[in-house]
Amino acid sequence: MKIKDTVHFQWYKSFFTVALIALCLGVSINATEANFKQLIGNIGQVQAFLNKLANPDFNYLPKLVTPMVKTLKMSAVGTALGVLLAIPFSFLATTVVTGNKIITNIFRFFLNIIRTVPNLLLAALLVAIIGIGEATGVVTIAIFTFGMVSQLLYEAIETIDLAPLEADEAVGANKLKIAVWAVWPQIMSAVASYTFYAFEINVRASTVLGYVGAGGIGVKLNEALGMFKYQRVSIIILFIFAVVVVVDTVSEAIRRRLK
Amino acid sequence: MLKKVPASLKRWVMTLLVLGLLVWCAADIDWSTFRFFSWGTFRGTMANLMKPDWAAFYNGSTEDIFSLMLMTVAIGFFGTAIGTVLAIPFVLLSSRNLWKNPVIPRVGKFVTDVLRAFPELVYAIIFIKVVGPGPFAGVLAIGVHQIGMLGKLFTEEMERMDETAVEACHAVGANGIQTMFFARIPQLMPIYASLVLNHFEIAVRSASTLGLVGAGGIGATLIFAIQACRWPRVSIILLTVIVTVFLLDALTGWIRKKLR
Repeated sequence: MKIKDTVHFQWYKSFFTVALIALCLGVSINATEANFKQLIGNIGQVQAFLNKLANPDFNYLPKLVTPMVKTLKMSAVGTALGVLLAIPFSFLATTVVTGNKIITNIFRFFLNIIRTVPNLLLAALLVAIIGIGEATGVVTIAIFTFGMVSQLLYEAIETIDLAPLEADEAVGANKLKIAVWAVWPQIMSAVASYTFYAFEINVRASTVLGYVGAGGIGVKLNEALGMFKYQRVSIIILFIFAVVVVVDTVSEAIRRRLK
Repeated sequence: MLKKVPASLKRWVMTLLVLGLLVWCAADIDWSTFRFFSWGTFRGTMANLMKPDWAAFYNGSTEDIFSLMLMTVAIGFFGTAIGTVLAIPFVLLSSRNLWKNPVIPRVGKFVTDVLRAFPELVYAIIFIKVVGPGPFAGVLAIGVHQIGMLGKLFTEEMERMDETAVEACHAVGANGIQTMFFARIPQLMPIYASLVLNHFEIAVRSASTLGLVGAGGIGATLIFAIQACRWPRVSIILLTVIVTVFLLDALTGWIRKKLR
């Protein structure tokens, strides 16, 4: 490090950053009509809310088991479909397999677009197109998983060892054979690991999907919120939290064993 | 007792087990929605989705798609800013390497875990009761949720950091605050900035969904358009969200690469 690199000589750079952040902050405070006085004035509402949340309605718990199991099942099926769909696409989105930059970039662009659509908006759109129901929830989860896993996978494929590919090519294997015999064995454990990772995220997300009527425990959450039964909201969220922790622990253990 | 199970048999059994589990899960799901699905309607919807309503994008009013999207980005920015600032005390509280007492970090981590457990939509509904429907409720919802997310990530970085610089500071007689400023902050600053930028993008994405419950941003307009089946309008809104998030992704990615 030279003396010229210290903060005293580069102060204008930090100043510029701080000024830019302050400007953006000012604009966004203005745009969002921030009113802290109102927030502090009505803080009693939060307190009342927290009081209700602190008293979860445990009698409601037995009625939540069935929708929660449904949520888990929907996540499992959606994740499986999404991963199955993601595998061929992620193969096509790497130059390692296609050997063509243009095709690769077209597929990557397509995958990026799918990944950008927020989960809940995707669900709302699919509900409008397909209709309300659990099947829509599964399709939403599948598409969401597809976007997420395909990106992780093509990044994994980019980093594989190229020697087996060359060996296969040398003995005259075609692209499909290379994909199956040289690429797939190298990424198999990554696929399994990402599947569990996606399942974890999907369990979390599918709790919210019920908000647009896509089935599972989210529907119960939405009902309780709509009826202002915050003791029920509290028990639902506690239950979701507990299940997510269990799923996290189990999938972490499995992922560690796969490595 | 079997002496040795061949690896291939083991793999087959595992595959069959997983498949069986999936079939069992799929059997319980209500697929009836697909029975009412018609390809004709689907094709019509898709055709309409391919014709975005460009006129709605910008018409000079504050209710056009362009200004709504700007508002959404502002919600994400302000929410992330609040979350970042408020996450710092939790980080100081829950980093194991800052405390000799093992109980305090556990308490701090528990608080951030709880904050993260609630979905943003629930926070949005709470804050709508406090400050009324509008973008500020969305800002607060995102802010509180980000405390949990950033608090956890910041703490992990703090615990993973290289302690040699800290030790060096201690060796020359620096106190806690001095080691904080001269050893920890310079090391962590670029990582934290990178995480914050990443979460700004995530916040914009969730800000675009918070309109669903009335917490401002582009979400409400989108839901109304979907419910009214105004597909050209849905299409332009989705297109705007996608392009914005795409650009933000590229921009934050570029800055993050520079920070490294």
